[in-house]
Amino acid sequence: MLEIKLHKTLQAAQGPLHLNVDVNIEAGQIVTLYGASGAGKTSILRMLAGLLVPEQGRVVLNGAVWYDAAQKYWRKPQQRSIGYVFQDYALFPNMTVRQNLEFALPARKKTALRWVKNSRKNHRTKMPKDQTQLIDELIEIVALQALQHRKPTTLSGGQKQRVALARALVTQPDVLLLDEPLSALDQGMRLKLQDYLLELHQRFQNTIILVSHEVSEIFKVSDQVLVLADGQITQQGTPSQIFTHRQVSGKFQLVGKVLTIIQEEVVYIVSVLIGNQVIRVVANEDDVLDLQPGDQVMVASKAFNPLIQKI
Amino acid sequence: MIDWNPIILTFQLALVTTVLLFLGSLPLAYWLATTRTRLKPLVEAVVSLPLVLPPTVLGFYLLVALSPQNGVGAFLQHYLGLKLLFSFEGLVVASMIYSLPFMVQPIQAGFSNLPPSLTEAAYTLGKSRWTTMVRVLLPNIRPSLLTGIVLAFAHTIGEFGVVLMIGGNIPNQTKVASIAIYDEVEALNYGAANAYSLFLLVVSFLILVTVYSINGKYLRNKSG
Repeated sequence: MLEIKLHKTLQAAQGPLHLNVDVNIEAGQIVTLYGASGAGKTSILRMLAGLLVPEQGRVVLNGAVWYDAAQKYWRKPQQRSIGYVFQDYALFPNMTVRQNLEFALPARKKTALRWVKNSRKNHRTKMPKDQTQLIDELIEIVALQALQHRKPTTLSGGQKQRVALARALVTQPDVLLLDEPLSALDQGMRLKLQDYLLELHQRFQNTIILVSHEVSEIFKVSDQVLVLADGQITQQGTPSQIFTHRQVSGKFQLVGKVLTIIQEEVVYIVSVLIGNQVIRVVANEDDVLDLQPGDQVMVASKAFNPLIQKI
Repeated sequence: MIDWNPIILTFQLALVTTVLLFLGSLPLAYWLATTRTRLKPLVEAVVSLPLVLPPTVLGFYLLVALSPQNGVGAFLQHYLGLKLLFSFEGLVVASMIYSLPFMVQPIQAGFSNLPPSLTEAAYTLGKSRWTTMVRVLLPNIRPSLLTGIVLAFAHTIGEFGVVLMIGGNIPNQTKVASIAIYDEVEALNYGAANAYSLFLLVVSFLILVTVYSINGKYLRNKSG
């Protein structure tokens, strides 16, 4: 459980902004901060990470106090179990992709400095096996094996983003903070990265807080949404609670969970639990390819209007 | 054949000055690049003064300040046994002040141009300020460091007014190449003056060519 109580007056372009947040986040959840730009989303992430000092409040992760204004207690970013993915990725230009990840490993004794300077072969043998394995695994999950010895400046935006994501997880943090991680990417790359993010979340089970504007992205990845307006949390709930009532524009759109996928001749029948109703949807082979029971899906239609009648 | 001692002395002075100045300028430049204090313009102005002041002004005040008759000079001589006037050590101190902006400004600009997120990323990865400095910040401002070092070195080789004011013209102590040239010209010894001058000219030119080609290569690699 991550308990967040933060207060700070920020100097925004439109005048002072009173940031006032009081929220509890379940461990292991993916939570999205949603709101107009300038609502204070990034400031909240920075205060959680210890990069910005709040004026009042308290931050406690599973009983460990990170910040307590009453006690004048403040943990430095280095002492918090966090991973942070910056909007500009903040990859170290002097290191290769792999070295960026290796840099994040906890320092060990005096040899720590040395293996970086030595040749690649050398420091591989000097690193403990489990650390090498962790790096290998992360590089594999984000599919960067072929690029691991390249410098960040030679990578595309999506590739940099994957490096940043993998690097933030090397320390195996309890809380992963993502500041608009996917905003600069095109749609295809976005979808891929959402998958990477979900896969990494499955593997490391950390609490993830991300800033996002993209509703479909929020539906796909997050358990909870916090809607932020003028420094206050105005709404809190699951993505469907927050967004579905807004999506009335001649089409309908429902979000639910896949129960079963049954093959019938050449098509598949997907049973989706929406609320407490089960809807059966006909799908072809391509649609169900990456679907599994338990997945969150959206059922939408543009082609016909739903009928409504009193019962 | 010319006397090589002034030239050797010049390079000794430039080397010692550059090394000490580099170590001192790093924290100062980093502080200037990151501080938000209101004193910053004041400190920057002081650092940049040697750029605009005639070296003789700087030399004059150093002469007064370091004189054994006055506070600082008396303190140094009495308690530390340091005699800074008309000595090599004094030249090092004066050169460090004289070349300060040439070292500090490029390094400060280098630090300022790095995105703050690099430092913050290293902190969130659990790295100390020291580790962040040595492994992230400094390697990424290498061209600025090189520029600062070379400019300070070259500038120290070329100084004249300050040396003349507080160093005088003592062979093997304070008689550097630029002074030797002046000396030889006064003695109508144009051949020797030309030898010293040509040497300084060629060396300075080679140093600058080296820097620009290294920095050019670095920038090309970075974008390529």
